[in-house]
Amino acid sequence: MSAAVKPVVFDVERIRSDFPILSELVHGKKLVFLDSAASAQKPRAVIDAMVRTMETRYANVHRGLHWMSERCSDDYENARDKVAAFLNVAREEIVFVRNATEGINLVAQTFGRASLKPGDAVVVSEMEHHANLVPWQMLRDQHGVELRIVKITGAGEIDWDDLERQFADGRVRLLAVTHMSNVLGTYTPVERLAKFAHDHGARILLDGAQAVVHRAVDLRAIDADFYVFSGHKLYGPTGIGVLYGKRALLDAMPPFLGGGDMIRSVTYESSTWAEPPYRFEAGTPAIVEAVGLGAAIDYVQAIGFESIAAHERSLTDHAMAVLAAIEGVETLGHAQDRGGVVAFTLDGVHAHDVATLLDKQGIAVRAGHHCAEPLTHRLGLDSTARASFGIYTTHAEIDSLAAGLRRVQQVFGR
Amino acid sequence: MSETDDLYQALIMERARSPHHTGGLDPFDAEAEGDNPMCGDRVRIRISYDHGLIGDLRHETRGCAICVSSADLMGDAVIGKSGPEIDELAEAFDAMVIDGRVPDRSDFANLRALAGIHAYRSRHRCAILPWQALRAALGRTMEYQNG
Ligand SMILES: Cc1ncc(COP(=O)(O)O)c(C=O)c1O
Repeated sequence: MSAAVKPVVFDVERIRSDFPILSELVHGKKLVFLDSAASAQKPRAVIDAMVRTMETRYANVHRGLHWMSERCSDDYENARDKVAAFLNVAREEIVFVRNATEGINLVAQTFGRASLKPGDAVVVSEMEHHANLVPWQMLRDQHGVELRIVKITGAGEIDWDDLERQFADGRVRLLAVTHMSNVLGTYTPVERLAKFAHDHGARILLDGAQAVVHRAVDLRAIDADFYVFSGHKLYGPTGIGVLYGKRALLDAMPPFLGGGDMIRSVTYESSTWAEPPYRFEAGTPAIVEAVGLGAAIDYVQAIGFESIAAHERSLTDHAMAVLAAIEGVETLGHAQDRGGVVAFTLDGVHAHDVATLLDKQGIAVRAGHHCAEPLTHRLGLDSTARASFGIYTTHAEIDSLAAGLRRVQQVFGR
Repeated sequence: MSETDDLYQALIMERARSPHHTGGLDPFDAEAEGDNPMCGDRVRIRISYDHGLIGDLRHETRGCAICVSSADLMGDAVIGKSGPEIDELAEAFDAMVIDGRVPDRSDFANLRALAGIHAYRSRHRCAILPWQALRAALGRTMEYQNG
């Protein structure tokens, strides 16, 4: 069991050597990749696991009566076991989807339509990624639920007074919030939020797209009802993501998409549904990608979240300090509990120009609204630049970012 | 910073910092806004006519250095021109942004400063946005005139 692997001493150079792309040059410069929150790079172990599957153990799953299909089905289901252990839940509660976005849409369109009635309310926060806002707007427009937005404080934390107000009339049936903001870096107090929702007769969905990459997540301890994340941010491949749902909730949910694999039996007139999780996995799934995700989970667990979190905390502290030392740089997000995502503005220089000028120095950051347009406007901005960190990020790279920003200021004569 | 000379040239930086054609225009004959929700760039163009030609153009641009300077250099290039001439100019400009080749025409004396953008695909729309807004404003005048 990978969970039993003893964490080794955290050695960032050794970790970097596991990621082939980190030795690439960009514009003739050494790549300084500070955009892992958008999508992380892939270690050799993930790449190899996917190649091995395609080279030696590949066929469609759950269908063939032959050796290849049985082996490949085992590998696919083994990946589900790894995800279940990773989140400390049961395998039947793990649904493979394409990404976090699809997971949230699935919940909105199944649980949302079947269990919420017109007039019920869904609460999301001001700091949601579009993935945890737009599906609820769609459900509101299709189904007549009310969508409420809970405020955040100036530091970028959930405003508990406002949360109380949003729940006061007893009509809220679902609280859907991020576990970690992709703009402000805020970790939300998920155990407390879950208890709050449950005490008010609501369910809780957590968007774990960012959080799951940086700290151990125990969904039993949190008592989450739904949880979603994407493989590609967790050093795994694109095209595979995870929806966790409590068994009793999944059991009661109608299917999302119809087709092969999700049925028990089909006649020309009608069909009956398979049990979860298969009810929600219509059609041939992302087999190779699921295997890649399993390998990614093994990889991060072998390093251990304790040392990953310590490394990233140190990087974040360093980044906040060196950026604060540059006149004209303003960092966003000052929550007590915050992770390795640092959005910032540079006085007098648009975020696009920052990103292009950094890119010419080999430094990759993101610029824009980071798929959180309402939040960006709520902060009184049009766009920001964002540096985000992963297990392979070094302190020296953050120093490069700081030096890069000083050069940007030179170009702009500031 | 030699590696960015191709894009952030002196003329671009100068116009980004102190544009010549900004502010409101009152009265005006047509206006249009262009925005790029992906990045928050926003350009509002107002034009006035003088005997069927562009008499004046003012832009209010919230955006990056490329977007602001592009709007401003566009102002230099289009004042005194007719609708069809501007259409042609806009097409030549789009082509330059895409492939980097500077057309051999006198009205590109300043516009050519933006030729370097072609190597930055994700920034093309920053340069083109003001031209889209201008064409929308021109289209709107045609509507007024026809209707
Ligand atoms: C907080 C958060 N939620 C959801 C998503 C959506 O992830 P994906 O695009 O993989 O579905 C992202 C990724 O950008 C994110 O940062």
